[in-house]
Parts: sequence; C-alpha cells; structure tokens
Amino acid sequence: MVEATQIESKSKLNFEQCLKCSICTVYCPVSAVEPQYPGPKQAGPDQERYRLKGAEYFNEALKLCLNCKRCEVACPEHVLVGDLIQAARIDYSTHTPSLRDRMLANTDFVGTLAHTFAPLTNFALGLKPMKAVLHSVMGIDKHRTFPSYAFQTFEQWYKKHAHEQEQYHRFVTFFHGCYANYNYPQLSKDLVKLMNACGYGVRLLSKEKCCGVALIANGLSGQAKKQGEVNINAMREAVKRDEPVLTVSSTCTLTMRDEYQHLLHIDNADVRDHLMLALRWLCQKVDAGEIKLVFRKDFKEKIAYHTACHMERMGWVPYSVRLLQMIPGIDFMMLESQCCGIAGTYGFKKENYERSQKIGSSLFKQIEAVNPDYVATECETCKWQIEMSTSHLVKNPISILADAIDVEETRKCNAQ
Amino acid sequence: MKKNREQTYDVIVIGGGITGAGTARDCAMRGLKVLLVEKFDFTNGATGRNHGLLHSGARYAVTDKESARECIVENMILRKIARHCVDETDGLFITLPEDDLNYQATFVAACQEAGIRADIISPEEARRIEPSVNPSLTGAVRVPDASIDPFRLTVANVLDARRHGADALTYHEVVDFVVENGEMKGVRLRNNLTGEVFEQRAQLVINAAGIWGHQLSVMAGVGVNMFPAKGTLLIFGHRVNQMVINRCRKPANADILVPDDTVCVIGTTSDRVPFETVDDLQVTPEEVDILIKEGEKLAPALASTRILRAYTGVRPLVAADNDPSGRSISRGIVLLDHETRDGLKGFITITGGKMMTYRMMAELATDLACKKLGIDKKCETAITPLPGSETSVLTEKTSKTSYEYSQRVMEGRHGTMTSRIRQQAIEDKALVCECENVTVGEVKFAVEQLHVHHIINLRRRTRLGMGTCQGELCACRGANVLCEVADTPVQKGMQDLTAFMAERWKGMRPVAWGDTLNEAQLTGMIYESLCGFNRVADEKKEIAK
Repeated sequence: MVEATQIESKSKLNFEQCLKCSICTVYCPVSAVEPQYPGPKQAGPDQERYRLKGAEYFNEALKLCLNCKRCEVACPEHVLVGDLIQAARIDYSTHTPSLRDRMLANTDFVGTLAHTFAPLTNFALGLKPMKAVLHSVMGIDKHRTFPSYAFQTFEQWYKKHAHEQEQYHRFVTFFHGCYANYNYPQLSKDLVKLMNACGYGVRLLSKEKCCGVALIANGLSGQAKKQGEVNINAMREAVKRDEPVLTVSSTCTLTMRDEYQHLLHIDNADVRDHLMLALRWLCQKVDAGEIKLVFRKDFKEKIAYHTACHMERMGWVPYSVRLLQMIPGIDFMMLESQCCGIAGTYGFKKENYERSQKIGSSLFKQIEAVNPDYVATECETCKWQIEMSTSHLVKNPISILADAIDVEETRKCNAQ
Repeated sequence: MKKNREQTYDVIVIGGGITGAGTARDCAMRGLKVLLVEKFDFTNGATGRNHGLLHSGARYAVTDKESARECIVENMILRKIARHCVDETDGLFITLPEDDLNYQATFVAACQEAGIRADIISPEEARRIEPSVNPSLTGAVRVPDASIDPFRLTVANVLDARRHGADALTYHEVVDFVVENGEMKGVRLRNNLTGEVFEQRAQLVINAAGIWGHQLSVMAGVGVNMFPAKGTLLIFGHRVNQMVINRCRKPANADILVPDDTVCVIGTTSDRVPFETVDDLQVTPEEVDILIKEGEKLAPALASTRILRAYTGVRPLVAADNDPSGRSISRGIVLLDHETRDGLKGFITITGGKMMTYRMMAELATDLACKKLGIDKKCETAITPLPGSETSVLTEKTSKTSYEYSQRVMEGRHGTMTSRIRQQAIEDKALVCECENVTVGEVKFAVEQLHVHHIINLRRRTRLGMGTCQGELCACRGANVLCEVADTPVQKGMQDLTAFMAERWKGMRPVAWGDTLNEAQLTGMIYESLCGFNRVADEKKEIAK
C-alpha cells in the first residue's frame, strides 16, 4: 500500500512543485518595474501556503499582476503561477469592483450599447473633456483612447451573408470575440475571406458571449463562469458536428482553453482540443497538405512580429510565424518577446497607466528602431497599446494573410 | 555574564526546553534570582521535536484520566496566556470503517468525566467543516484541540523570566555538580562555544533537562529511572487540514494530524531506544512507511502531498521508584525532592509530563523550591500573559500591501512583540526567507532579543529555513545578515551555514523522493557547485549530497 502512495505529488495548480528557483520572477514584467509587487514566486506558491493558513494573509498587491503568464512559461516545474495568483484574487479578495471596473469588464454589454450609438460614442469618447471626466471621475487614464465602435457589428453583417456560407461542403465554426464584433468587424470578415478561399464555410456559434477575461480580471468571476458555460455548451454543438472552433484573439483563446478549467472550474475537456486560433488550424492544415495557399505576386511589406504574452503561453507563435513567412513578398522580423504592458483592461486604469508604459517601453523602442510597415500580433489590446505608444499600425496576422493571398488561385487549389 | 559569576543565585534551572523555561519563569516571577542554563539551543530537545499539539486531553480521556484533566485545564490557560503561540483550530476524533464505532460512546463519556467538551457530529458535518478528512468516516467527535508553537512558547517563557530578573545562558552545559557536605551548592558549566569551564553557585538546582536529566541524576548520584521513547513525525509541505484530526480509538501509532503554522504534521511512532542514541536519533524507513500509511487514512490527500522532512524526538518517560523494570509507565508529572528521596539537599528534578502540562510542572517545582527557600508567594503564571500575548493581534482583514502582509506574518509569530521589529527602512523590509517571509528587520529583532548566535537559532526563532525550500535560498542570505548584524566572523558564518544545510538534509533524506529530492538536488547545486561549500565543511558533514 505504501508503495502505491507518494508516487506523485499533487497540489492546487501545482503550487507545491515549485522548487523556489525564482526564474519566474526574472521573467515577470511587473517585478521588473514595480517594487511594491511581491513577484510571481511569492505572490503565487510562497504566499499560497499562508493563504491556506488564513484568509487574512491574502495580499491585495496581487492585483498588480498583469496575468501575462510569462511566469508559467518560465517555470521548469509546470507550476501554474499566474493561475494561482488569479485564483487567490478570486477566492480571497475583498475588493468590490467599482463602476469603472464593471464597465471595463462588461465588454459585451458596453459593446452592444456603444455600437448602437456608435457615431456618438466614438465622437464623445474622443473628446478631451470626456477624457478628463473619465480620468478623474472614473479612473480611466486620459492617455487612453477607447477603440472606436463599428456602425455595423460583425454579427449583423454575418446574418446577411450566412446563406452564402452554407454553400460550402466543409465548415469551421468561428468564435469572433468582442473586439472583432463590435470594434473591428473587418478582422472577422478577413477570417471569412481566408476560410472561404481555403474552401471552408464559416459558421457562428448558436450563442456567443464574451469569453469573460475582463470579468475575471475585475473580480466578476461569477458572471464569467455563467458566460463561460454558455460558450462551452455552444462549442460542444460544433464539436459534435466535427467542426473546429476557431478564434482570432489569443487572449480569448487562452481564457476559454485554460482559465475556464483552472479558475472557473468549467469542464471543457471535451471541447478544449477543438478550440484554437484559426492560425494554428490553418498552419497545421497547410503542413498536412490539406490546404494550399497561393499568394499575390505584388504583396511587398515589411512586418515585425510581436509575441503577445498569451501566444507565448500557448506556445503557438511558430504557427503564426510559419504562415507569415510563407508570403513571398514579406520582409519578416521577430521582435523580442516581451509584454507590451497593457494587459487588457489593466492599462486602462489610471493607477496602472505609468507602470503599463514602463513595462512596454523597450518594446516600443525596438519597434521604432525596426520601423516596419506593420506590426503583426494576434492580441487586440497589444494592438491598442502599440498603436498608442508608437507611430506604427498593428494588424492581426489573419488580416495580413487575407490581404496577401491570391483569392482566386487559392480557391481553385482548394476546390473540391 | 562575567559580572554575575561571583553572584550566588537562588535557583539554577538546567534545561532550555519548555519545562526549564517555564520553571525559570515561575521562579523569577516569585522573586527568586534565577539562572537558566541550556547546553545547546532552547528547544533543541523534545520541546522542538513534537507534534505542536495543544491537547484537549481527549486523547488520554479513556486511558489516563489524570493526564486528560491536566490537559484540558492547561489547554484553557494556554489559550489565554500564550495566545500568540496558539492557533485555535479545534479537533476531530474520527471513526473509520475499520474502527469500532462503539468506542465513540466510551470516549465521549470519558471526555465528559474529565471536563472536556466532546460533541458528536455527523460524518457529513465532519466532511463539511474539515474537507480533507477521510470521506469514509463513520463517526466524528469535535473537541477543543488546537495547535501550539513550542519554539515561540519556550522563548516567550524565557523572555518573561528575563523580564523578572532571570539570567539565561544557551550553549552552557553542566559538566559537574558542586556538592559540599551532602548539599548541592551549584554547578560547573562548560561554555560549549569556547570550551571555558567555570563554577556557578546557587541555593537550589532544578533538573528540568528532560531525557538528559537521566545523565544529570546519575552525575548527582541520585538516579532517576527513565526510559527514552522515540517518536518520529513527518512534515507535509502545506496545510492539508485546518483542524486537528485524531483517530477515535485507543492511542496508537501515527493517529494525529496537526495543522502547524504553514505545514501539517503527522505522528507519531513510539519505540523504546537505548540512552546512548538520544543525541543522534535516526529516522528509519519503517517509521516513514507507517506514518504515511496511517496518515493517509486520516486525510487521503496526504498520499499525494509533498513531504518536506522527517524528524524524531525523545519522550522522557519515568518509571515509578517501585517499578525499576518500567512496565507501568505513566505520562504523568514526576517531581522528585532529592533531599527527602536521596538525602541530597538542594536538588530537585521535575520530569515526565508533556509539553501541554509544562506550566503545571513548573508550578509544582517552583512551589517546592519556594518552600525550601522559605518564600511564600503565590504562582501567577496561569493568569499572567506571556510576552507577545498581552492582547490579541488577530485580524480578519486581508493585507493591502506587501508590507502589511509581512506585518501579519510577523504578528502570527511574535504577537504584540511585533511592534518592536523595525520595518521602516527599505533594507529592514527586505526578505531573507521567502517561503516563511522572514525580513531583515525580524532577523535583527531575533539577534537583539531572542538569544541568536547561529543561523540554527534563527531558524527556531523565526521559521527561517523551515519552509518549502528548506534553506535553499534563505540560508546563505541569513548567514550573510548574521555576519552583518551579529558580527559573526565570516569563516564562522560559513561553517555554521554548512552545518545548517547538513541538518536540513538530515531531515529531508528519509523522505528524499519526488519534489523534495529535486529541491535537494538544486540545493546541492547551489551550495556545493556554485558556492563551493563542500570545501568549507568539516569532513564528516555533507550538504544535500
């Protein structure tokens, strides 16, 4: 009996597998600029032992964590350091979300409202007096500009084109997320263009809610769990139809694949493997010879690739890079993998603005030095941060690919 | 101390465990001039190597009514006078399918008779209030068990003794007694750090040296019939349980799981061992096996929880004078007046008992000492809080900042004394031990107030090196800080550090598999390969090799 025990050591999010090597702290972008932050090792596995002793040992300074999960990438022992910190905030924090936090967190609800009055919202949010009010009353930093809201959401556009999609014989299901619906539907349209060229029709989930990443970050995990369950149930239908569930945003993807399970305790085991970035799916299909991409001859652009933190965590950077490098006319360069500092709603908060910019500063410098035509990244909040902090525009690799392919030739190659 | 050598004390108390410290405190509070001597460090013996369980007495209720009564009385007293050392967790006595559920009624009746509150609760309720408990339990009784930190408790007693005028010497070993005309006149002490030997006189000598009191009694020619019983325990990496979990059956091996500070401890085994081994006890694989096997019956999660280390201590069991074979050994308190027993005036032995009843033992010994010295003053140790426990510092609020977090951790260790720890300067806030959150300020406090000479003392006073990494990161930092704040010569600091790491490895070795082995290998890399410490070590000592 004794032989059968103590064979493996288990603990919550592997916190006890920590060997205290501290390499996570070396890779933590917050620790590098913020002495008030205890660092991932202490905030995670070290203080977890005290939290198990009593809730009074929870340290509110854990809110300084960006949830970039670079600590988890660095950890040689597979300790889920970032998840531990987020779980502690969910379980112990006594901080009640403010109106601002609720507004930033409810991307879905705010998105619906904002796009309904899109011209007005976009105009008002850009006004200096409005920014001043948001800054002083709401605590949303005045340097930030809200992403503009589209007149027509992707969902509205799709309704008009759904019948065209059903013409195909093969299908993928698309989780668009909030940004590619309310703010930048063009990204979703690019995805549809790319998939159609590859011979796949695009379907949407029967019901889609915001993935909930901002809810989790702002202390509203109960609501996040409800939304997560809706999403996973809807994805289950797609999985039953034997369709992959594809995404364009790296953060939504990580949240739904990993945080649902680790933080919200949603059972997504049957869906997880089918849920991925469209880039990963496409790259694997191309590698397997099942899809062929033909590119325009006249596409010539210099592109610098920024590794979003959650791309690093999922380990999917090579898929994007491989696809982009297939484009004959591309002048491709990898930026150093580092956090841009915004971390979703984190950087919008007045109290975090300065720290946010400090974290991203060396990235911004490198971008200016490289001087590309575009920066490529899969994360929309990285896009806002880089566009605000540098003179360069940022595109999702999906949009770059959609632009670079020769649609007709690709369609021919992939026709069945 | 030189100035005091000419001075004659009223009482010399031998032994820096909880009994000696408690006796020194009581004597000092009654106005006696006291010297407390300890051959190594406070809590180096059985006091620092037990469960850390504040018994309700329930464990003894059926088999040893007297001990049970003593326990519950002292339990209630310690919750008040030593609140900063006590974590009021409560305890469960669980019946498992393999146990006889009828025993529960006997047990509860015995508890009630001894004055111990014992509430039968349903298995569902037990699972609710203690989720780690074996879910297949068939019955549970809730009792006022708790956990207590023996290191803090001992030091608080020493501090209070000093506050009442006592002197305390660590690393001073009694090498001989001064006996003149059949009367104990004092002791010859050897400073174990310098080798210097000198005499110290007193009207009375109290032997409170636990199992080592046996040799002392032999040295004094009075002979006390003691039997060393070895008990081994395992420390798990974090708190699996929030309440003490016991088995509701006749006391046996490995049937108590105690949440102590940031860890939990399963124990104990019980084996008679020869006297020659008490200074160098080894944990055996059989003991580890039985502890794991029985432990997971209490809380199944233990089967897959990292074990930090194993340790073993010696109970000073005493046989009655009319029972030289030691067949009917009690765990009761033994107070021997060697004047009436052996005709040796001025010598008292206080032994037997348990950590739980240390205060009562101290009271008995001090009553006798006062009677001999003609002092008529009542014992007040049961109503006077120990230093650190004057008021409660408990709070339910979470910490706003890392500074507040450090503050909470220190309050957990030092109670009201935390206000004496400097925490303002940035260097004082810096962490030495990250697992247990020991700051430079806390180290300075320990050096100034808590008899810290070596890094090993620092561990017992602060928990430095007691966490998950077992000194991997903090030991070298701690040694460095000691060189700066305690003026330890660098070469000496390095030797201490080597010995410290060897001691840590001693406890890890019996459980060196999985993560603990990984940790030890990383530790070995750091100290041997990176720091080159194998070259500083004595030939015999090893570091995580």
